[in-house]
Amino acid sequence: MFATLLQATGAGDKLVTPEVPWSHLAPQLILVVGATVGVIAAAALRGRLRRSVGAVGAAVVAGAAIVSIIPLWHRVSNPAQGPISAVNGAIGVDRFSLFVTALLCAAVILASFTAEAYLQREGLDGPEFSLLLLLAAAGGSVMAGANDLIVMFIGIEVLSLAVYVLAAMHARRISSQESGLKYFLLGGFASAFLLYGIALTYGATGTTSLLRVQSFLAERVLTDDGLLLGGLALMLVGFAFKVGAVPFHMWTPDVYQGAPSPVTGFMAAAVKTAAFAGMLRVFVVGFASYADLWRPVVGALAIASLVVGAVMSVVQTNVKRMLAYSSIAHAGFVLLGVDAASAEGTAASLFYLAAYTAMALGTFAVVTVVGGSGDGAHTLDAYRGLGRRRPGLALAMSLFLLAQAGTPVTIGFLAKLGVIRAAIDADQWALAIVAMLTAVISTFMYLRIVVAMYFAESESESDDRGELRIPWGVGVTIGVAVIATLVLGVVPGPLEHLSDDALPVLVAVDGR
Amino acid sequence: MSPNAYVLLGAVLFGIGAAGLLIRRSPLVMFMCIELMLNAVNVTFVAFSKMLNDVGGQVVVFFVLVVAAAEVVVGLGIIVAVMRRRSGISADDLSLMKG
Repeated sequence: MFATLLQATGAGDKLVTPEVPWSHLAPQLILVVGATVGVIAAAALRGRLRRSVGAVGAAVVAGAAIVSIIPLWHRVSNPAQGPISAVNGAIGVDRFSLFVTALLCAAVILASFTAEAYLQREGLDGPEFSLLLLLAAAGGSVMAGANDLIVMFIGIEVLSLAVYVLAAMHARRISSQESGLKYFLLGGFASAFLLYGIALTYGATGTTSLLRVQSFLAERVLTDDGLLLGGLALMLVGFAFKVGAVPFHMWTPDVYQGAPSPVTGFMAAAVKTAAFAGMLRVFVVGFASYADLWRPVVGALAIASLVVGAVMSVVQTNVKRMLAYSSIAHAGFVLLGVDAASAEGTAASLFYLAAYTAMALGTFAVVTVVGGSGDGAHTLDAYRGLGRRRPGLALAMSLFLLAQAGTPVTIGFLAKLGVIRAAIDADQWALAIVAMLTAVISTFMYLRIVVAMYFAESESESDDRGELRIPWGVGVTIGVAVIATLVLGVVPGPLEHLSDDALPVLVAVDGR
Repeated sequence: MSPNAYVLLGAVLFGIGAAGLLIRRSPLVMFMCIELMLNAVNVTFVAFSKMLNDVGGQVVVFFVLVVAAAEVVVGLGIIVAVMRRRSGISADDLSLMKG
């Protein structure tokens, strides 16, 4: 894309800049402009208004972005018009990118409600918190739509840089800053690998545009594809790190434990979703002709994530670490859908990500409440007797945990069913069996928390920890997550319909 | 030197950066290693761009530079925040969370 641009200047012609169809990029623009305006407004305001501009502002902006997606979805679904390729083929607007963007915006809304209550309790002053969530969502949305590997890299960095800051946001908790530093160092490491993979792919194919990589590989057989394979491997490492797949998961438990609880929920839900969106677009679509080579590697990552995630989660005593390992196991399940390398697998992955977004945000909203002032009470002991002290909260937590375990009538069951079916249709029996077995092991861990809440006698009566307050913001998040987990578990039709439609496509630049 | 040698140079620099990040324990030096890795990628992009006779690779370098600059802002901020709490810290001391 850049080559044609610069050749135009070299020839002495007027520089032809690509046309930017602003209206087609509305969701991303709303997110970025909203975050920028929010930061300026926050600098000008004082007092209570200042704090609420964060949560309410972020929710309004993310809501506006979702509203702006609806007409685009209809426009893209219209067979006469089809998906759009914008900015000279750098970014695509298709149902896949719109679906993921909507999911990210929903995660921002729920996470910012939880964050508002969290900030108030911790006495932290920061509308930046929610506004950084918006920027992270904008980065993730760019990743989902990227039709060029460099745009993908910029999206991943915008997302990551915002989340590094969010993880280190709690100024008085040293573990929060420690987790921010760890996440930053290892995240930068992984980004460098991803970028080097892009460079090698550029060297092998002569372009960073996914569309041209795809057609280049479809048209010819490389006699010496060492460079390309190296590039593919390094890019896979970068993505595997971002989704937290074993053996690139080492950062996950530490970062999840140390980061502020609402941020952990956002990381589990949104960062995973965005990273998987990028992975699906690059590997399943861009490198479709090399599927035979990358599928076994993704399959191995899936098995390792499922086994390590399930087994390690059982031996933990800290609930946040348990949930971190369980998120690794969930990444393994989504990798089943990626490994299938089919339309069905992609749809199943998206459905799983949507389901996990609801379950993870709900779970970590409960964790935020139970964590108490100082965000430190995350051992299994803190959950003992919760069923007596706070029956509603314990019920919601049990629902989220059982949904994550894959209990029927919840969305978690359908999500697991979808990816396992996709794996079986792709003749990956071994993967499917490992997934089912590890799901049983994970269930043990989820039940441990449930048992602690209902059946374990708390050695000291509840008074020493004081009354757990459930602020309205957290209440809203938990309520929405409960409704999503149950209602979509019984009536999955609408979401399944959307995720089936949301397949990534690469569109040629029109007129060129 | 042929562009091939520069591709090799890029690979060596990237390797030095990666090894340094794994071996060194000071967060600041580890961060410098990440920067070295990013710049190794820049060398690789320019070398490929020369080999392929395509300016695209050179334009990419500007994007990477901007990203690296943004990373410095955020990274140094986090490192300074941690250092202020515990001076002379090394990556081995970051062991509050284990298990």
